[in-house]
Amino acid sequence: MEAMLEIRNLRVSVDGKPILKGIDLDVSAGELHAIMGPNGSGKSTLAYVLAGREGYEVTEGTVRYKGRDLLAMPTEERAGEGLFLAFQYPVEIPGVSSTNFLKTALNAVRKYRGESELDAMQFLKLVRQKTKALGITDEMLKRAVNVGFSGGEKKRNEVLQMAVLEPTLAVLDETDSGLDIDALRIVADGVNALRSPARAMLVITHYQRLLSHIVPDRVHVLAHGRIARSGGKELALELEAKGYAEFVEAA
Amino acid sequence: MPNSSRRREGAGAEIEMTSEPNISERFVAHYEAQKRTLPGAGIGWLGALRGAALEGFAAKGLPTPKSEEWKYTSLAPLARLALVPAAAVKNGLSAASLPWLLPAKAHGHRLVFVNGRLRPDLSAPGRLPEGVALTSLASALAEEPELLAGRLCSLGALAEQPMLALNTALMADGFVLRLAREAVLERPVELLFVALPGAEPVAYHPRGLIIAEAGSRATIVEQHVGRGQGPYLANMASEILIEEGAALRHYKLMAEGDQAFHIAMAHVRVAARGRYESFVLADGGRLARNEIRVRLDGPGAACALDGAYMGRARQHIDNTTFMDHAKPQTTSTELYKGVLDGYARGVFQGRILVRPDAQKTDGRQTSRTLLLSEGAEIDTKPQLEIYADDVKCSHGAVAGELDEDALFYMRSRGIPEEMGRHMLIAAFLGEVVDQIASEPVREAFQGIVAAALARKAGGARE
Repeated sequence: MEAMLEIRNLRVSVDGKPILKGIDLDVSAGELHAIMGPNGSGKSTLAYVLAGREGYEVTEGTVRYKGRDLLAMPTEERAGEGLFLAFQYPVEIPGVSSTNFLKTALNAVRKYRGESELDAMQFLKLVRQKTKALGITDEMLKRAVNVGFSGGEKKRNEVLQMAVLEPTLAVLDETDSGLDIDALRIVADGVNALRSPARAMLVITHYQRLLSHIVPDRVHVLAHGRIARSGGKELALELEAKGYAEFVEAA
Repeated sequence: MPNSSRRREGAGAEIEMTSEPNISERFVAHYEAQKRTLPGAGIGWLGALRGAALEGFAAKGLPTPKSEEWKYTSLAPLARLALVPAAAVKNGLSAASLPWLLPAKAHGHRLVFVNGRLRPDLSAPGRLPEGVALTSLASALAEEPELLAGRLCSLGALAEQPMLALNTALMADGFVLRLAREAVLERPVELLFVALPGAEPVAYHPRGLIIAEAGSRATIVEQHVGRGQGPYLANMASEILIEEGAALRHYKLMAEGDQAFHIAMAHVRVAARGRYESFVLADGGRLARNEIRVRLDGPGAACALDGAYMGRARQHIDNTTFMDHAKPQTTSTELYKGVLDGYARGVFQGRILVRPDAQKTDGRQTSRTLLLSEGAEIDTKPQLEIYADDVKCSHGAVAGELDEDALFYMRSRGIPEEMGRHMLIAAFLGEVVDQIASEPVREAFQGIVAAALARKAGGARE
């Protein structure tokens, strides 16, 4: 059976500079893969290319998602098809309340999926179920999206969005960065609650510590725009012990 | 593209100008033809005032970009129109068809002006509380001219303001609102100015006078709308006197016809502890210029000037303010936000003057503009002139494009691009529109902004 996400020889340049130099990766439903690697190895580029951000030029290769050409889809269609990117740096949107943002996004995605849109009451009920575990208050939902949020609040808000939009493929870009140990646990619990046989996850992180809370099926080391090594969850521990020196020097 | 179109306009102008009188000559002719029939024609001081005003206008002519205050706004397209004075329109509109801004339940004291003249049959001034008088300028001049003597044109300088001078020479009607000491108007005064352009382009010059005596309070909602097609000029002038401790909220909607020129100047004087709040929403007209000149004339006087504008196609929208901190402990804030699309052009000129003895002044001014297209343009000119040392003053002018990071974030959550743009623009204008103190006005203005954005979104899909 075909994997949910199939990346073949993906080469990506930014401003004419090659960043990803031939990535091959398969992620199947029910699996959680971790992408680790030193700074500047192309981890975030991979995340952005999957989400469809402008300014990332695919020079070669293919990405198939649920059997379709992912790279041909506009960003919002990717979201409609169940792709979700949790941002390393969630964007502030002054003047748009978190509630309005979330409701508009959910209904846009539901509409795309041929489901009926939720009214204000139904939406509120749904969100209340999800916010409690993440420690997100009603007051936070009233505030403008990410405006004045602490680092931890922003990351929890990403996980809330993920929980509400119920993606099929979640890409988490450095979701652990800037979190203290308590916030890390809350975020990890939120992610773990979403793991299911129907859902795949790609967790991008620099550090192993997130992976002791979110245990991966596979770990890949990204270095110099290529997957330099792949292994099981024990690879993360090895990296934690030895660091990325061997991958950095291998340039 | 824009250049070729401009060239066409220029060529047309040359042909017209060789065979037609120039615009200043036209206005002088309007005056000569009407001076015996304009309201208050028999009143000596008024005749002298109109005469002096006309001379002042004729000497300077229409303002041109050579004058510092009109640097970014050219009236050349107006000068090419063969304007005729607007005649009284006695019929052609029904009360039921009027586009009132406020819902029926919120409505207050309504006056309707068609081509600048009061239409009593369409108006509904309602019951005014004791101490409040609301009349047309023409009837005020007929019934109590002594009240207006020394007050009309007490704030503006005719010699320096050609458009005010022109208004003063040719004003045919308008409104006078008087609030006696401590008078409180619970419901707003609604002033609806409807333009009905005819076969020939018309010009009219409405005049407003508000006298808010000590401790009085009122809200004014001023609406300018155009019906039908064709160019016209609405040249409005207002004088607003806020006496000690009085407070006035003044909301204005400029939604003139597509080919209209709307030029307005308000002179405001705020005495000690008085407060003047203005919000101007611009959504219409070929050229709309709204100038507000405020003198904070006593300790504790305060003023807030806010505005939002939405320009598209080749619209030109100019907000010009002058905040004169003449006395100590006066405060002012200004926030103007605009969204420009197509080849629309915006202008914000904000001058703050702090006179030598105006210590403890607090003046803040901000202009923010979103440019949605390559062809859109904004010119901002903040001017701070501070002659006192113990003051807090700031200004900031920012023009930028829609936040692409925010848009990508929204799209990554499934929000379609056009809807995301719509939400970001609404949020941008919301920052100022949502702060409108009067709830029914706030809701009405929010509705206008939403409708304009929906039109835009609809246009984008076509």
